[in-house]
Amino acid sequence: MKAKIHVTLKSGILDPQGKAIEHALETLGFKNASNVRMGKYLELDLRETTQDRAEAEVKAMCEKLLANTIIEEYRYELNT
Amino acid sequence: MNFGVIVFPGSNCDHDCTHVISSVLGQKAVPVWHKETSLAGLDAIILPGGFSYGDYLRTGAIARFSPVMGAIKTFASEGGMVLGICNGFQILLEAGLLPGAMLRNQSLSFICKDVHIKVENAATPFTGLCESGQVLKIPIAHADGNYYTDPVTLAALQANAQIIFRYCTPDGKVTPDANPNGSLDNIAGIRNAEGNVLGLMPHPERCAEDVLGNDDGRVIFLSMLDALKEAKLKTVVA
Repeated sequence: MKAKIHVTLKSGILDPQGKAIEHALETLGFKNASNVRMGKYLELDLRETTQDRAEAEVKAMCEKLLANTIIEEYRYELNT
Repeated sequence: MNFGVIVFPGSNCDHDCTHVISSVLGQKAVPVWHKETSLAGLDAIILPGGFSYGDYLRTGAIARFSPVMGAIKTFASEGGMVLGICNGFQILLEAGLLPGAMLRNQSLSFICKDVHIKVENAATPFTGLCESGQVLKIPIAHADGNYYTDPVTLAALQANAQIIFRYCTPDGKVTPDANPNGSLDNIAGIRNAEGNVLGLMPHPERCAEDVLGNDDGRVIFLSMLDALKEAKLKTVVA
């Protein structure tokens, strides 16, 4: 099973990198872009075939290491 | 007194710390490799600055799982004095020994310069020899020093006098302009509720002797030594 995990700063927490990217986009003429949020993308293979157990394991990984839940939120997809 | 200086892969201020402990304080500095699981015989612990594990994932996120961290948690829970400087502070946050988290500096730049910090609480083992409100000039060197915590935790930090250092102007005014990195409430250093664990972003070990042209950082190490001696005296008397 493959897990695709996105970690981003929680909404409401200032994202200086997102702001800088937004400004750069605007400078380049992309005036329609707003609320840019910069995050991390992680991919991993999981030796687990049960959807429920895989989900529980990925969630535990996010809570324990991959995201700092004081400032970040995470979401994931699982594909067989 | 015996000061343990923890060495993670990527620590780079450990030698500065051991130098200050041995040459400036005249005490014993013991480098402790991060794989150690015992801190027996040590009176205080310093987590030095650097780039543990290359700052991969988040600053301090991987170092917090080093074997020595279990021993540090026990040491701290028994009242032992733990000082985290810069990356050491970031590791203490990730480990949950101090509340909050670090965000990227608001400017997105790595900032390496002298800043001024105000001693907001001089009644701690780390600042006992300072005057309350004293201004120290100490260098910072970091990209992730923008302290953040939720409003409830911030209120608790303020109410319990856990904010020990705030970024300020040279004459001690805590203003937005004096804040180098966007840190919440100009926070440069905090302690835990019990008062025996302190983290700060500035580097006192880089300015602890006259020959460097600035010895403002020395008072933090001297305060620690003073507190340790006092504690030892108490146990002898008891």
